[in-house]
Amino acid sequence: MSTTMVPDKQTAAPAPSLGGNARAYIGRVRGGDMGALPAILGLLVLCTAFAVLRPVFLSAINFANLFTQGAAISVIAMGLVFVLLLGEIDLSAGYTSGVCAAVLAVMMTQNGQPWYLSVGAAILTGVVIGLILGALVAKLGIPSFVVTLAAFLGFQGLLLVLVNEGNNIAIRDPLIIAIENKNLPPSLGWILYAVCVLVYAAIQVVRARRRAGRGLAADTAGIIAVRVGALVILGGLAVYALNLERSRNALLVSLKGVPIVVPVVLALLIIWTFVLRRTAYGRHIYAVGGNAEAARRAGINVDRIRVSAFVICSGMASIGGIILASQASSVDPSTGGSDVLLFAVGAAVIGGTSLFGGKGRVLDAILGGAVVAVINNGMGLMGYSASVKYIVTGLVLLLAAGVDALSRKRAAASGLR
Amino acid sequence: MSSQPVLEIRGLDKSFGPVQVLHNVAFSAYAGEVTSLVGDNGAGKSTMVKCIGGTYTADAGEFLFDGRPVQVNSPREAADLGIEIVYQDLALCDNLDIVQNMFLGREKKSGLVLDEATMEEMAAKTLDSLSVRTVKSIRQHVSSLSGGQRQTVAIAKAVLWNSKVVILDEPTAALGVAQTAQVLELVRRLADNGLAVILISHNMNDVFAVSDRIAALYLGRMAAQVKASDVTHSQVVELITSGRSGELGLQNVNGVTA
Repeated sequence: MSTTMVPDKQTAAPAPSLGGNARAYIGRVRGGDMGALPAILGLLVLCTAFAVLRPVFLSAINFANLFTQGAAISVIAMGLVFVLLLGEIDLSAGYTSGVCAAVLAVMMTQNGQPWYLSVGAAILTGVVIGLILGALVAKLGIPSFVVTLAAFLGFQGLLLVLVNEGNNIAIRDPLIIAIENKNLPPSLGWILYAVCVLVYAAIQVVRARRRAGRGLAADTAGIIAVRVGALVILGGLAVYALNLERSRNALLVSLKGVPIVVPVVLALLIIWTFVLRRTAYGRHIYAVGGNAEAARRAGINVDRIRVSAFVICSGMASIGGIILASQASSVDPSTGGSDVLLFAVGAAVIGGTSLFGGKGRVLDAILGGAVVAVINNGMGLMGYSASVKYIVTGLVLLLAAGVDALSRKRAAASGLR
Repeated sequence: MSSQPVLEIRGLDKSFGPVQVLHNVAFSAYAGEVTSLVGDNGAGKSTMVKCIGGTYTADAGEFLFDGRPVQVNSPREAADLGIEIVYQDLALCDNLDIVQNMFLGREKKSGLVLDEATMEEMAAKTLDSLSVRTVKSIRQHVSSLSGGQRQTVAIAKAVLWNSKVVILDEPTAALGVAQTAQVLELVRRLADNGLAVILISHNMNDVFAVSDRIAALYLGRMAAQVKASDVTHSQVVELITSGRSGELGLQNVNGVTA
């Protein structure tokens, strides 16, 4: 450009402020972009209701149970977010996790391999499954619904083959068992908490400083303080509650600390959030989900993005399978079956990830996973049978999908989409 | 204006199977000028643009860019030369914001991480250079923009890369009166900033409002490329509908070219 102009403040992003952010958020919600609001409200309502009806819901042991019960579903849901962002679906993620868990079990018990080789084989199995599913969808053009529905059936059979038509393979490796059944020492929990808070605060401050230094709109100290403060309070409360003694007889055996699976899930959350929000690859995922033709014209290899999303989804399902195996200390024909997939899809959608593609976050999987875990756990405490649990969870999934569809309609009406 | 065209095409032929769509087409675009490409439906405008943009490869013909002969075999090669096409159905992602759309597929990175600050600066600078005042924030999602604003973003995306030739495919086709005026003003500003602009349009008012030159295609042949000030409204319409207008245009339209 030959003409030089004074930078115009109007075209630059307006400086964010606490009030401005709040107003923008209210505007988005009114316009139909609910984000994670339904999940957070639902979580509050459910927790209050269960706490009133069954005080044991708030006990230290039950609080820890929520984390271990929701972990596998949240991990599988995190992978599903990538596929959902493209507007696709993976119905086979549940049995993929089962197959990978079976691979892990067979490697360890029948072949006597060490845990790292077995875990590697399980994850590799997931990656290969994702490659095949993704190639069928992207290269051959079969709708993902059909491909993964076929895989759903096929993997159910494959799982039966791996566990010899219905055996229960027990897992004895102490490290695999520890993921869901052992806890961090309380001091280590606090150290981890402090590191997380400090790193998060440092990243926020450095980013704001850098942007301000270049004359760009940066988050104010107030906004950063609110964000970091929220993490300090929520994280602190959680670590405190998990560090309470939850053994009935503390003298006999002490049971306290953050379950090991919690930092595992947190690490996955941070890695995938970074990939989606801070890398060109993540940007391209959103672009393909929003407008595949525009992405193609922009020079993005749309097929490669599609395949990679299925690889991530199945890879995460394999990690979910390892967690499931650890939780049950065994692998059988129902591992990853029945409700796991629907709970995982439900978790992603309840958390605010759209079934129509282009909208969603990895954090949604955790929030939605928490809702699913609370429903499951609370209804169990209320003494309801599995039948009622299934019906209620099904209705909640339907409700979440309904909110998603309605908010999309509303957004179209208010010109937000 | 400079006498040498930025982009010059000579003897362009293009067939799809037995159907020859372009016959020996010659065309030039000059820096600092808006050259309108007009023609009836099926005259070959889109095919010609796709040959320039590298989506199609020409069967025969010479491409001169800044006087140098070049080959354009893919959209990427066209972009490397500095040729950008803004398509009729805008290639924008609704779920991304303005900056993200402008850099889509060509993100600035520092190491592995996206360099948001640099992208935001460059996007703001480009929009300012086009005197775009209508968008509230460059961090707002494209879904919240009006049709005219979207067209503006699509055009800004095309000029972001120091492009020399910008081809606009019916940029005002879907817009209202006020937004059309806005976009035409922007088209004029692109040329005033030194770019060679090629405008494809059906609307004669738009064509005469902004063009320096008018090129009329008729049944795959270049009927005439003339200065806009030398022709009248009705002469251009005649060129479009019958390929000739008095002394102008093809002299023997039914057989081989004269």
